[in-house]
Amino acid sequence: MNIRIKFQKYGVMKFIGHLDMMRYFQKAIRRADIDIAYSEGYSPHQIMSFAAPLGVGVTSDGEYLDIEVKSSKSSKESMQALNETMAEGISILEYRKLPDTAKTSMSLVAAADYLVYQKPGYALLADTYAQLQAKVEAFYEGQPQIMITKQTKKREIEMNLKPLIYEMKSLNMGCGQALEGLGVRNPQILADCREGETSEMPALFLKLCTGSADNVKPELVLEAFCRFHGICYEALGFQIHRLEVYARSEEVPVKGEYERQAYLDSLERQREIYRQKGIDFPQFLALGELGKDI
Amino acid sequence: MNKLALSDEILMSVDKPARYIGNEINIVRKNPRDMAIRFAMCFPDVYEIGMSHLGIQILYDMFNQREDVYCERVYSPWVDLHKIMKEQNIPLFTLETQSPVKDMDFLGITIQYEMCYTNILQVLDLSQIPLLAKMRTEDDPIVIGGGPCTYNPEPLADFFDIFYIGEGETQYDALFDLYKSVRAKGGTRCEFLRAVSQLPGIYVPSLYEISYKSDGTIEAFQPRYEDVPPTIRKEIQMDLTDTVYPRKPLVPYIKVTQDRVVLEIQRGCIRGCRFCQAGMIYRPTRERDVDMLKECAREMLESSGHEEISLSSLSSSDYSRLPELINYLIGFKEKGVNISLPSLRIDAFSLDVMSKVQDIRKSSLTFAPEAGSQRLRNVINKGLAESVILEGAGLAFEGGWQKVKLYFMLGLPTETENDMQEIPRLADKIARRYYEIPKEKRNGKCQITISTSFFVPKPFTPFQWASMQTKEEYLRRARIVNEEMKEQLNRKSLKYNWHEADVTVLEGVFARGDRRVGQVLLSAYEKGCIFDSWSEFFDNSKWMDAFQECGVSIDFYNLRERDLDEILPWDFIDCGVSKSFLKREWKNAMEGKVTPNCKMQCNGCGAAQFEGGVCLEHQN
Repeated sequence: MNIRIKFQKYGVMKFIGHLDMMRYFQKAIRRADIDIAYSEGYSPHQIMSFAAPLGVGVTSDGEYLDIEVKSSKSSKESMQALNETMAEGISILEYRKLPDTAKTSMSLVAAADYLVYQKPGYALLADTYAQLQAKVEAFYEGQPQIMITKQTKKREIEMNLKPLIYEMKSLNMGCGQALEGLGVRNPQILADCREGETSEMPALFLKLCTGSADNVKPELVLEAFCRFHGICYEALGFQIHRLEVYARSEEVPVKGEYERQAYLDSLERQREIYRQKGIDFPQFLALGELGKDI
Repeated sequence: MNKLALSDEILMSVDKPARYIGNEINIVRKNPRDMAIRFAMCFPDVYEIGMSHLGIQILYDMFNQREDVYCERVYSPWVDLHKIMKEQNIPLFTLETQSPVKDMDFLGITIQYEMCYTNILQVLDLSQIPLLAKMRTEDDPIVIGGGPCTYNPEPLADFFDIFYIGEGETQYDALFDLYKSVRAKGGTRCEFLRAVSQLPGIYVPSLYEISYKSDGTIEAFQPRYEDVPPTIRKEIQMDLTDTVYPRKPLVPYIKVTQDRVVLEIQRGCIRGCRFCQAGMIYRPTRERDVDMLKECAREMLESSGHEEISLSSLSSSDYSRLPELINYLIGFKEKGVNISLPSLRIDAFSLDVMSKVQDIRKSSLTFAPEAGSQRLRNVINKGLAESVILEGAGLAFEGGWQKVKLYFMLGLPTETENDMQEIPRLADKIARRYYEIPKEKRNGKCQITISTSFFVPKPFTPFQWASMQTKEEYLRRARIVNEEMKEQLNRKSLKYNWHEADVTVLEGVFARGDRRVGQVLLSAYEKGCIFDSWSEFFDNSKWMDAFQECGVSIDFYNLRERDLDEILPWDFIDCGVSKSFLKREWKNAMEGKVTPNCKMQCNGCGAAQFEGGVCLEHQN
């Protein structure tokens, strides 16, 4: 049975890197007595994969890992068992069963949403939300191409960021509504913005292309944005927070001919509902939406 | 959630920030304001090493069971953070509450090996605690040292307020109670130190006076006051079953050296190898009850989620219920738990177990003959005969193994060129045994790896009087082994590793040094020596300069065979094994006479005074 787990990461846990998070979950899953499946051989390992690595220093409300289990309790019981053994700074948000032929979240990842806000003690990108919005428009809508040089292991490459930035806008974190609208439920951020409640807290929202083929890190966009506006880019001045990770709705998330057809049929029914309501069918689906509570 | 002691900027700029954030699974959280005593427990090396140490986990668990004590941890900041903390004047902090160490009542430091001594000074320095005990004031924590190196605490005497001699389980409760009562009466640091010197196992170095003869040896070692005990007997936990053992081990985020559950099955060793300090100071050998170990293993695996468990002890094969315990642990394999086996005596049982838990092709057999010739093995009382090694290896080769690791020491007392040459010859005999197997039944070449270390005489061993060699002589001996390697029939199946000798020379000085070598430590630290056990940071020239400047002679400590009547710096400690036994053993060594192990016969070492462990079993 395949399970997709969604979790959030905040506080001091942002300093734990991706490989250590994998080790953390391997041990947490034993502590919670989840009946996970193991590979064969002398040193069997848990069958587990993560959707998209999160950089050190980045917090998140939308991390995913997939596991294979031999049996499972209900979503509610399993989440409770896991949450009882979580370190402060990691909480399990979802525990959902996937179809048996589900593709891994890693192979499906297509986009991710980020919230970027500034840490105290650094020069602000803009004083107000409206000023920041104007800067975003000049940078994003105003430029036909956003060219950057990306340093790879072997060489420098020129690339156009614009088609990989699906959305970019300014918002005011000082106003609770903005965060609610984004579904932010991260204790750290809620605390950070409560501190700034009295004044405006201009912040950026980014929806970026993510995955194994093309991948844009938010730092790359921030650096380009700062350069465009002649602002000195200080990487440590930004707190980057991942909100959600998505698959493309048109990408079939299952293997096998029968399952494939079943997915396409249900997708068509969904589209029909949206058409009747007169709204656009979403281009992306959160990875968690592909599973069901058990 | 705690506010961290270090800013995001610092944490993002140093290697492995997870070393400094605490928040591990099974961390103990208490409200510091409700505590009568705050204790910072330090392992003076990097986090990954310190977190792998069982002793600290035992004491962390034991101290925190008290409602009036909060024990927190601290490790040596790595060199990158060390530099930042010095530049920005950031005080060293505990992991649990991220509080300055200097705000604690106690700073406890475990002293496991000589080459961490400069790191002790680093911890004091970064904590902003005066390095010299005599400079500390009422505002500074009491600095207390424990662990195996405290069996000769003298090189560190100037830097510690207290040493706890022996096993930690026994006296800390009394020590904490005493501290509370002295503090309640408004007593000073001085008054506490004087009072605590009366507790068993407690050594307060500032309360003793040492005078030296004109030849540099000790003339007298005595307490400054009548109520201060002239000898300190080691503390020992006789019942290892009905006692504390951490059921909820801390689980680090980053990979540490011992990333597994560690089960200490017994303490002490019956073998009596004459070079081995642990084999003497932990006498008598005491086993933990097998049912207690099974219960601990299960609880610790459940509470930590570790995927591996290892057994810890000296000479694990001597544990009487080993087959039962290992078979029980193999039962966890279906839950994906690996067993990391200690080095076992190679026989049918161990090979059977090894084949169950390891990949035969990848794993190797380990033998530690320690000396190449039977003559020298008799001198050191290592009862491992060549025939036993060849039989064990033969059995393993037939079973599919092809890798063997051999450990030896160079520079043992009485060692001759022939003894050195016997090392590769023994390895070659093992290889020959492999090639006796018909070609079609074996799996290519065998791989015999020889490693040698240089022998360092330790206090409370029969070799405590022995002379060491110069660095040049050690390296000459390694070359003799290497030359003889090339003469062997199966030289292509043999590999030889040896180390530099600089560290050996320093270990020698600090293992058997007196109070006068402390100034060298201070000087070396001021010159920038730190993390000396890490070859990338070890800087021998700084050390040599420090010795020169302090006018301390390395040869006096290393190249002199000590007189049997000389007062040794550690003579004031009673480790349970009598000096007359050690002298007898030194004489037996010189005559090449073997002494039977404790299970075969009691040899009257003195440990029977503790009335337990193998000493009582022997009578049955």
